[in-house]
Amino acid sequence: MKLELRGITKRFGALVANDHIDLTVEPGEIHCLLGENGAGKSTLMNVLYGLYEADEGEIVLDGVPQHLAGPGDAMNAGIGMVHQHFMLIPVFTVAENVMLGHEETGFGGRLDLASARRRVRELSDRFGFDLDPDALVEDLPVGVQQRVEIVKALARDARVLVFDEPTAVLTPQETDELMAIMRDLRANGTAIVFITHKLREVREVADRITVVRLGKVVGEASPTASNAELAALMVGRAVELTVRKAAPRLTDDALVVEGLTVLDPRGQVTVDDVSFRVRGGEVLAIAGVQGNGQTELVEALLGLQHRVTGRVVLDGSSLRGLDVRRILDAGVGFVPEDRTQDGLVGEFSIAENLMLDRSVGAPFVRAGTVRRDHLRAFAVEKSREFDVRSQGIDTPVGRLSGGNQQKVVLARELSRDLRLFVAAQPTRGIDVGSIEFVHQRIVATRDGGIPVIVVSTELDEVTALADRVAVMYRGRIVGIVPADTPREVLGLMMAGEVPPALRAASSPSDPEGAIA
Amino acid sequence: MTTVTSQPVRLVGRSWKTPIACGLFTVLATVLFIGQGRPGETTFQLSRDADLVQLPPLVAPVGATTLGLTVVLLLLTAHAVWLAVTRRRPQIWSSLAFAVAFLVAFLTWAAAGQTLPVLGLLVGTVGISVPLVFGALGGVISERVGVINVAIEGQLLGGAFVSAVVASLTGNLYAGLLGAVVAGVFVSLVLAVFSIRYWVDQVIVGVVLIVFVTGLTSFLSSTVLTKDAAALNSPPRFPAIDVPVLSQIPIIGPTFFRQTVIVYAAYVAVVVVYMCLFHTKWGLRVRAAGEHPQAADTVGIKVNAMRLWAVSIAGAVVGIGGAYFTLGAVGSFQQNMTAGMGYIALAAVIFGRWHPIRATLAALLFGFATNLQYVLGAIGSPVPSEFMLMLPYLVTIVAVAGLAGQVRKPAASGLPYARR
Repeated sequence: MKLELRGITKRFGALVANDHIDLTVEPGEIHCLLGENGAGKSTLMNVLYGLYEADEGEIVLDGVPQHLAGPGDAMNAGIGMVHQHFMLIPVFTVAENVMLGHEETGFGGRLDLASARRRVRELSDRFGFDLDPDALVEDLPVGVQQRVEIVKALARDARVLVFDEPTAVLTPQETDELMAIMRDLRANGTAIVFITHKLREVREVADRITVVRLGKVVGEASPTASNAELAALMVGRAVELTVRKAAPRLTDDALVVEGLTVLDPRGQVTVDDVSFRVRGGEVLAIAGVQGNGQTELVEALLGLQHRVTGRVVLDGSSLRGLDVRRILDAGVGFVPEDRTQDGLVGEFSIAENLMLDRSVGAPFVRAGTVRRDHLRAFAVEKSREFDVRSQGIDTPVGRLSGGNQQKVVLARELSRDLRLFVAAQPTRGIDVGSIEFVHQRIVATRDGGIPVIVVSTELDEVTALADRVAVMYRGRIVGIVPADTPREVLGLMMAGEVPPALRAASSPSDPEGAIA
Repeated sequence: MTTVTSQPVRLVGRSWKTPIACGLFTVLATVLFIGQGRPGETTFQLSRDADLVQLPPLVAPVGATTLGLTVVLLLLTAHAVWLAVTRRRPQIWSSLAFAVAFLVAFLTWAAAGQTLPVLGLLVGTVGISVPLVFGALGGVISERVGVINVAIEGQLLGGAFVSAVVASLTGNLYAGLLGAVVAGVFVSLVLAVFSIRYWVDQVIVGVVLIVFVTGLTSFLSSTVLTKDAAALNSPPRFPAIDVPVLSQIPIIGPTFFRQTVIVYAAYVAVVVVYMCLFHTKWGLRVRAAGEHPQAADTVGIKVNAMRLWAVSIAGAVVGIGGAYFTLGAVGSFQQNMTAGMGYIALAAVIFGRWHPIRATLAALLFGFATNLQYVLGAIGSPVPSEFMLMLPYLVTIVAVAGLAGQVRKPAASGLPYARR
């Protein structure tokens, strides 16, 4: 089925999210929609899927203009979508999820689960998915959940399939498998729209590439274009894709973590006997697929987890069991992974957010009152230093873009005398320009002799920033390897496999292996 | 947030909840039954004179029975401790056995020297439980679709009032029942419109609705109904109907099968609600809307329409329960006659883990606790009556608190839905 979008325009108030976008996708073609976060890709796809109504323009399938009032209409027209955040019901089985919305019923209106199971098996066999129709979705790994999403779309005879940032939650191996699935679907004549901001993937599978920036189509590119060309088109200027950094100047062990184990409130082990050391002046990156204990590990370091055993020692004094206040006072800087939830108060101004973790005593508070003038001067200075783009320091942080919000968090955390800096997912959901800036600041912090821990699920970021890489899988550290370890090896480690080289080199008494 | 992949690795923490609870009750048993031991015998009356099959009454010597059962309690506690030490999950059967043993011991002790009408206890339990069952079923439907229904109390009271008036005016019981349904649906619609359309906090709307219905029915009852009670507030009552054969089974027959039409309707409602929720297209969609409304929307389910319908149906179910107060039990409307049953029904929803059958069992448990208090009060027990009045609520609190942290409510319950 041939999909044409003609002059799609979608406005939210004064903001034009999509500005006269034209897009054509032929059957049997993988058409890549490349653009930064906030470029308007998802809005466009939500228009296509009937979730939003376009202000102007039309959607044409095989030459017939469509009026899609809701996702039901879109599906009936043959459009399927694999959502970035899976639209699956965790407590339902695979078969129930697949049948939802177009259920077949038997005698007396009883759900015909048998036919749904058959349908799942049939589609899963055709593409080699190996799905159990009776498994509960919440018990499945993310990669398998994604296949359920694909089967869900195929079960409704989708001829146009939209993949919205499908690789964000996958390991490199799962990503490769997804690419193979997309090629299979293409061979079957499905028209595929592949939305992403990852250049590597684009060049691997795309037949055609359309680049969007600030709601507009800014050009087409061929899959043979170089990363630099694609990035320049996407951002609108030349971009530095690699992080420049000199060889680390290491000092002694600053942070020593030994046998750290964290239990969640239900008594499940989330971090399992983790040990590592970070020396001053180096970046230890913690890699792994989302949800393998990284969040809990970092929270345990910051005193945010309650059931923690093991040792956490910073510069010779123990941090374990201290409350958050005293850990911050010990010189730990922290960029939380969800800045809007844990990093900032959206309704507060930039200035107020900058003093958020220093609301007692000097330098911002004297005799129980905030020193307004001092705070203003500080906020103005830091806004300049960290390039926070806003209408002024009284702007509520919630109105800033993701990149500028993150800069406010960085400005706050890096303005104290740090002995340790922990950044969790520091560039998640921010624009390329801000990513460059955040990376530079992290490297500068490291070069200042401070031990740095960066948690990231993006392998590119890990290899760009790290001096050493610790890979986590199911709460354990699979191994700690140098930053120049090949991607394939890191990918395998993210799936829990210990590479043979590491198995030989490490001994039980030295859990870090032989890498310095 | 991205989807979280972490899988449960293994269970490390020991759960001491069950052994501690068992231990406390065993201590209580020792203090009461042995420390405060009572002489004599207790007679358990198991059938009435009119029954076809006559069961002889059971006579239990108080001292020996309570002592024996206390030993059983001690053993079961030891078993629970052992399970906790070896890091295994507590077992349902042993908790159940513990509860039964404690109950029998308590009854034997409390009714020492007297005759305990076991049948009366059970028959009364079913009667008291009926509005709780309807209330809990309505609560389950409503929360499964994603709307917290705190207003059960209001729906019960509305159903009771309207059914009394309609049945009095028309002289037709079934017209009264229909009136109760309409009243329940009306209260539900207010809840639905405010929470679905206007995003008002569902708990607050629910509480306000209870106050509103209580005030309105009390006002109308004291101004209008009292003027002409004969015409407006003296409805006929549903007669008890014996189910052939089944009603002749000893104990079970009189308890379950010599009841009114509303009680039989409750049995049917439990099965129908269960089947609809878990084995039909409608139920699948209801649960989808309550778990992940956005996912439901993306497969073409109209979430808010779904919610409106399901909440209305829930109101209808609760309304029938309200009619039981007037047409099934008392025979006239009295101010605030539901007396907090709606709140207990809400607790049954949670204790029943949002499942129609488990919620029904929870309602029966709460009903039993309530009726036990009446029966023991009537035969005169050594426990102060003020304490006995607390019993149903105490059972409710213990039951619901014991589940805290273990159960998962429908994920989107209480959250309004709109496309971003």
